[in-house]
Order: sequence, then C-alpha cells, then structure tokens
Amino acid sequence: MSPRATPVTEADAALHAAHLRYVLRLADTSLVLGQRLGEWVGHAPELEEDLGLANLALDLIGQARLLLTYAGELEGRGRDEDALAFLRDAPEFMNLTLAEQPNGDFGQTIVRQWLIDTWQLQVYEGLTASSDARLAAIAGKALKETRYHHRFSCGWLARLGDGTPESRRRVQRALGELWRFTPELFAADEVDEHMSRAGIAPVLGDLARGWSIQVEADLGAATLERPATHPYPWHGKRGVHSEHLGHLLAEMQHLPRTYPGARW
Amino acid sequence: MSVRSPAGDTGAAAREARAWAILEDVPDPEIPVLSITDLGIVRYVRCDADGQLHVGLTPTYSGCPATEVIRQSVRAALQAHGCADVQLEEVLSPPWSSDWVSAAGRAKLTAFGIAPPATAVSSPRQLRGTPRIACPRCASPDTERISEFGSTPCKAHYRCASCGEPFDYFKCI
Repeated sequence: MSPRATPVTEADAALHAAHLRYVLRLADTSLVLGQRLGEWVGHAPELEEDLGLANLALDLIGQARLLLTYAGELEGRGRDEDALAFLRDAPEFMNLTLAEQPNGDFGQTIVRQWLIDTWQLQVYEGLTASSDARLAAIAGKALKETRYHHRFSCGWLARLGDGTPESRRRVQRALGELWRFTPELFAADEVDEHMSRAGIAPVLGDLARGWSIQVEADLGAATLERPATHPYPWHGKRGVHSEHLGHLLAEMQHLPRTYPGARW
Repeated sequence: MSVRSPAGDTGAAAREARAWAILEDVPDPEIPVLSITDLGIVRYVRCDADGQLHVGLTPTYSGCPATEVIRQSVRAALQAHGCADVQLEEVLSPPWSSDWVSAAGRAKLTAFGIAPPATAVSSPRQLRGTPRIACPRCASPDTERISEFGSTPCKAHYRCASCGEPFDYFKCI
C-alpha cells in the first residue's frame, strides 16, 4: 500500500485513519516518556545515572521525532513534528497511560522505564517485519536503542530489588503502583486489529506472551514479586488520560505556545 | 541531461568520486578527529542524469543532536567546492552500526584517547555482554566500566585500573 495515497474507498479511509493513529500512539508514548525522563536532568542520585536517564530521554525523543514526522506525512495536513508535539492538547495525545505517570523516586522511574522497555522490545521487534517499510526502518533503529535501555532499567531493577531492605521496599511498592497500567499495553482495540490484519503491526496478543516471559525473568533476577493483575480500562492510547498528562504538556508546550514561531 | 563543461571530469562517476573526497574532510561535530566517512554515516553518493548529487546520510542514534549540524556541514562543504545542486537524503535502514567505523577511524579514535568499538556487532547476543576494553592511553586490558552512558550517545564511560585514568569508549551498537 502507499501510505500517502489519497484514500478513495471507505475501507481505504478507515485503514488510513487507523494507520495514522497507530503511528501517533508509538510516537506519543516515546515523546511523553522522554519528557518525563528529562525532568531528572540535574536531579538524579548520581552523575552517571543523570547522564544515563538523559541519554534514554534523547533516544526516546529522537524516536518520537521520526515517528511524528511520519505521522504528519500520513495525515497530509502540513503538520510537522513540532506542530504535532507542541500544538496538540491532551485528548489528542495517544500515548500509553503508563508513560505519563510521574517520576516518583528513582525506583519508580526505573520500574516505569523497565515496563515500557520490555513492551517496546516486543513491539519494535515485531514491527521490523512490518509491511510498512518506513515503520520497519524506524523500528529497526529504535530496537537497537531499546535493547540497551532495557539493559539499564533491568540492571537497576535487580540492584534495587535485591539491594537493601529500603530499596527493595520502595521498588516493590512502585511495582504495585504501576502494575495497574500494564493491561493497556496489550489490550488490542480496532486500531491494533486493523493494523495487524493489514500486516503493518504485529498481533498485540501474541506479543503479550513474550513480554510476560521477559518480565518473569527480570523480576526473578530482582527477587521481586509480580503483582496481581486487576484489569482496569485505561485508555491513554484513545486519548483518555490520567490527571498527569495535562501538567506534563503545560511544561513541555509552554514556550512554543507562548511565543509561536519563535526561533533560536 | 545537462553537460556543464566539455571537460571529462564532469562525468557522473568523477563527480561522485570528487564528492566522496570532499566528504572525507567533513568532521563529525562531536568527535572532530573523525570525518563523517570514517564514522560510516555517508551511505551513498549518487549523481543522477540531471547532474543532481544525492547524498544518503544515516543518523548514528535516533536522537543524535549532531545530525542537523552534519547536514549543514555536508551542504556547506559541497557548495564550497562548487557542488550546489545537492539533495540530502535520510537513510534509516539498515540502522547504523559501529561496525561501519573504518579502520582509519578506529586508529584516529585511539590516538585521540577514545577506545574504539571492540567487537563486531553480528548478533544481538553480543550486545548483551561486556567486552574487555583496552585503555587507549596505556593499553592495559585491566579496565572497568563506570557507566554505559557518557558525554555523547555513542560513548560509554570507563576507568583504567593500571594508569588510573578515566576514558571514553565508543560503544558497540
């Protein structure tokens, strides 16, 4: 299929709309998580971890730029990466609810990072076989970076989980706090189904198994307990967010909205 | 089809070779001892039938802040040598690998005090291990990793146990 072709039939239009939304979901999850990690700059417990978190943020924002540029082209209304990042409101953001959760302490940031890293490993791996060559190329590049993001987050998960009684208590508590957002990671809706039928995205349900195995292994190494799953229908990827996203966007979008078109 | 000069050096192959030679002198903005061709980020140079030059550039990391500066430097260098009609194209696939750093680039890195990427990245499995990195100053293999992250996305932070000096290691990816 040609992504920029003007949809002619109703089925084409539906596929095109799902395609755009799917790319925005990936983009916004990376962008919002990157923005969160950026809040750590100058505040992390050690200089090395400050650099590490900033490095992850840089990669995530870089991935978001590639994806947002593509989304803008798919949309075909002349919006570039900046217009999409800075001039949309919270209900138009399609990120996973987990990505927008506050940093909390270092342990909570690590747990959030690790949960999304393990999810991105599965999703990007699957997307390298996408029928959409552009998406496959972005995923192939992002996958290399996600592998060392995961090495960083699961390394810290093990050090904190199998560390002191205090670090263990905190990281287990963070896991309990954030686990409730994980059902959204693999809950397929009509957009996901449309994409997997078209060969553009992997089947989400199939990825859940690989994710679960990885999560079990990492939790085992960290001597942490997997919390019980209480499915609650979070719908960040449908634009329905927790109370935290609006505050994040206010900070992220303040300058370009206050001084439209400002340049360095 | 436009032939701008009767001289033979305006042929496509000659123009491409000339562009490569110009690009060999464009430094990487973050590690200026390396040229962008040493780094392996120039993927192709092609002169089309209309005489337009196409240069394929690949970013090292998705978020590498040097990417924009590199595009500007490439354009400026080619223009300074009379190649004004240049189309810069972003190449994402296959993703950049530290395997593409040239032998000359590796030698320049060591001389500059940065340990070059150690192993060939042929499988994801190799990315997970931590290879022994020799100190670029005293060549001792007795080094330890302080952090996988350093001053730029492409470098990790190491320390040598023999000479006691910290150093950067150009990561394998």
